[in-house]
This record gives sequence, C-alpha cells and structure tokens, in this order.
Amino acid sequence: MARFPKPPEGSWTEHYELGTEPMSYEDSISPEFFELEREAIFKRAWLNVGRVEQLPRNGSYFTKELAVARTSVIIVRDREGQVRAFHNVCRHRGNKLVWNDFPKEETSGISRQFVCKYHGWRYDLDGSCSFVQQEQEFFDLDKADYGLVPVHCDVWAGFIFINLAKEPEQNLTEFLGPMVTALENYPFHLQSERWFYRSPVNANWKLYLDAFQEFYHAPILHAKQTPTDLSVPMQQAGFEAPYYGIDGPHRVVSTAGIFPWNLAPSQLKPMEILTRSGLFGPWDMPDLNFEQKPAGLNPAGCDPWGLDSFQIFPNFVILIWGQSWYLTYHYWPTASNQHIFEGTLYFVPAKTARERVAHELAALSFKEYGHQDANTLEATQTMLESRVLDRFPLGDQEVLCRHLHKVAGEWVDDYKRELSEVKR
Amino acid sequence: MTDALLPSEFSDLERFAVKWCLATEQERYMERLSSSMEEMQALYDAVTARAEEAMVYCDKFPLDEMPEDALNLLRLLYSLVMVSFPVEVWGQPRIPDTGAAYLDLLVEPIP
Repeated sequence: MARFPKPPEGSWTEHYELGTEPMSYEDSISPEFFELEREAIFKRAWLNVGRVEQLPRNGSYFTKELAVARTSVIIVRDREGQVRAFHNVCRHRGNKLVWNDFPKEETSGISRQFVCKYHGWRYDLDGSCSFVQQEQEFFDLDKADYGLVPVHCDVWAGFIFINLAKEPEQNLTEFLGPMVTALENYPFHLQSERWFYRSPVNANWKLYLDAFQEFYHAPILHAKQTPTDLSVPMQQAGFEAPYYGIDGPHRVVSTAGIFPWNLAPSQLKPMEILTRSGLFGPWDMPDLNFEQKPAGLNPAGCDPWGLDSFQIFPNFVILIWGQSWYLTYHYWPTASNQHIFEGTLYFVPAKTARERVAHELAALSFKEYGHQDANTLEATQTMLESRVLDRFPLGDQEVLCRHLHKVAGEWVDDYKRELSEVKR
Repeated sequence: MTDALLPSEFSDLERFAVKWCLATEQERYMERLSSSMEEMQALYDAVTARAEEAMVYCDKFPLDEMPEDALNLLRLLYSLVMVSFPVEVWGQPRIPDTGAAYLDLLVEPIP
C-alpha cells in the first residue's frame, strides 16, 4: 500500500514516459561514450563552478580544473565587481597562467592582475593583456589582440555558472528552466558557513548521481548508522518519495521528514541528543527570515518536510534540507570510470560554540554516510565493467536515475547527429 | 599548571588534551583512524560527562574571540563528536565496508 499517492498513470516512471523496461548501463562503462560526453554535454551545458561568496572582493579569484573538457578556468571578480571567467592559459606560449606549486591543483586568492610565471606577460582582471616582456622583440604584436580567452559566465541566485560553448544555445535562465529558477528567493546568501569536501571516486560520474537521486537504498545501506529501534521499522517500511519532478534535463525529488526531537531516546544516538543535531541538520534551526517560501520548495506540502534534492543537469545538485541548511554536490568526470566528487555544506554561520558543535555533528554525519555511498560505487563500477549483465531493472523510486541516463543519451545523440550533418 | 591546555575547571580532561585538542577535522579524523577503541571510549566517557558544562563555558565567549584554553575545550568537543561514530555505532575506527575510500574536508569554518 503506497503511503503517498502516485500519478494517475499508476507510477512516476510512466507519468514521465521514461519506459519501464530494464536499463542498460553501457553509458557508464564505455570509454567511447565518455569521449562523446565531453563534447556533447560538458562543452555545451552550463556548469556550476561555485558561489559568489568565494569571490568576496574585487580581485578575488579561484581556478577550476575541468579535466572533462581538458581545460582549466579562472573565475575572477573584476575591478567593477563583475564575475568573469577565462581559460587559464597565457596567450604567449600556452603556459597555465594561474597555479601554485602543482599545475594541476586548484588555487584561489586575491590579485590586481595575473602574471604568467614563464615570461612575465600580464593580464588585467578583465582579461586584457597589459604587459608584454620585451615587447619590441615581437613582430607586429598588438596587445589588444592577446587578451585572455573568455568563457561564458553568468550568475543565478549567487551560483556561478560557466559555459564552454562558443555560443551557448540557451542563456543560463532558459537553461535552468522554471523548476529550478523558482528557488530564486531562497536565502542561499545567508548560509555562508562553508564546508568543502572532495573525494576521488572510481566510478562513472552518473553512478554517483544515481546514488544520491534515489533514497531506495537509504534504509538498507545506511541501516547501521541508526539505532535498531529506528532502523528496523525504517527497513520494514521501505522508502517512498511523495514527489518526483522533471523539467527539461533537470530533476527533483522531495521527501517527507521526521522531527528528530520527537523520537524516543532509544531511536537516537546519544551524541544526537547531546548536540541536538544529526544527519538532517541542527535541531535548533536558524531563522532564515525569508518573506515567502520559494514556490519550488516542498512541492508535496509535507509536514514535517525532509528535503528537496534538485539535480541540475549535468553534474550539479542543490539539496535543501527542511531543517534550514543546504548542500551541493558536484561530480567532475576524469575518465569513463573515474570522477572527482565534491560535497559542500552551507549553514547560517554559527554564532555560539553550541551551534558550532551542532554543525560539527551534522557535517561528520554527512561524511560517514558519504563514505558508504562512495565505496559502494566502486563495487558497482567494477561489476558493470565485467559485462556479465547488460540489463538492470529499476523501480519507480529510481525514476530519476532513468531520466538522467535518458537525457545524457539524448544530448550525445544530438551531438552525433550534428556531427554527421556537418560532414555531409 | 601554567602548561595546561584547558581551562582549570576542566583539569580532569587535561589528560586527553595533547592527543585530542586538534585544530582541523582532517587531523581529528586521522587521530581517530590511528587510535584504539579503548582510547576513544575513554575520551567519549570522560568528555560526554562534561560536555554540557563545556558548552556553557565556551558560550561565555564570542566564537571568533575565544581565549586559547576555551578554544582547546571546543576542539575537545569536536573530537568527542569525531569518536562518537566508532563508539556509538561502528565498534571500530573506520566506517565498515569503506575500504580505501576517503572524503577529505578541505575547507571548514574557523574555529
């Protein structure tokens, strides 16, 4: 007996016309498919690279390594306060422009200009070339022709996006679409206490997205994190989401929540009671002080509400917790069976030691769960690559996994079609 | 006791201070992985018993202007949180079934 009503078609999967047949995971093990994804997806879609709070002042910058697009990008707030992006390459002889110690490691800082380590060419924060060492030695060189190569860059709700296409097919707002942009007035900017995690994962980037866009696994994989007084009934009940949403290439899953402070002590870990916190966040919530709840939040009207997890194509997730904090995930592919996972937690900054300790337990709980998720992926990747099986049944609670792989396939097909049209 | 790391009211916890008053989560996580369950159980039992008083003590100061000994006490509370998973659920330092997986915390709030 379903706890939450399903759409009239009888399932979310049929409602969104995603097909109910078993699925292939060839797109997660094929090196050839991955090579196509580089061009078809990661050089065409808008990619989130961070938030404006990472660029607090004019001249603040950070670099982002994009192995999937075989480039590195500088994101900088220029003298006028505008956020800009450039390929991280000196126009002289192609040296990486901004890096410290290790060329492949990301860096950040504040600067009045960028100076190449190799021959000292300089660039203003707006990308223009301002100085060429021994300029008179060059031949008909006009510095105005040698500015940094710009990357399309735009900001939505404080999130900085770039697009590596020569001309993006859609602007950022069109790309994000109404389901995501409905979050516009959520007070992301008030939640500036940032916890940034990174992990190399030996699995295709889509497998980790899959792991976090279904909660069917949660009562099983994470059972031991919860006292048996809670984990046993959770396993018996299984997981059901009250709402799944799809808008273009993007997805959302919303969940019902619990008020942990109403649970019996035997259903909680002692540390949760002591710190009044846990995986779902601090129990004593900050006042986010927003006048009107964004239209896109808690679409099923759950009370208590657990979370909304917005899967923004291709590799970006914004997960907003009912307990007044949020986190983001990024999945940066490096090979068909490897990617870098980034998790970033955002809280209203702790004002007291007690609040800060509550954040510590929420953040550590995230890490404990994340370890379990990440290690399972390697186990999946290796056996998918055995090709012993080539079709996998997905349930209705896994509807969003189906959608991601369908969209990835469509973008790759579109790209292949355009390539063949150009050749003809 | 000029060498004390913790406020004098918490001198009973001083024996844990050198090992567990660590500034970053990464250090505390590595300490957890290299500690025995007995060591973590001892820390857990002792600090849990004083945790409420410790939070009241730390809350006397603004978070960004804490004296060094109160800051050490706060870090001891962070270590209590860190060892709570091995002590309360895992029965071992490392998360079960996680092999060589790691998830490094590269940016965290200070303190």
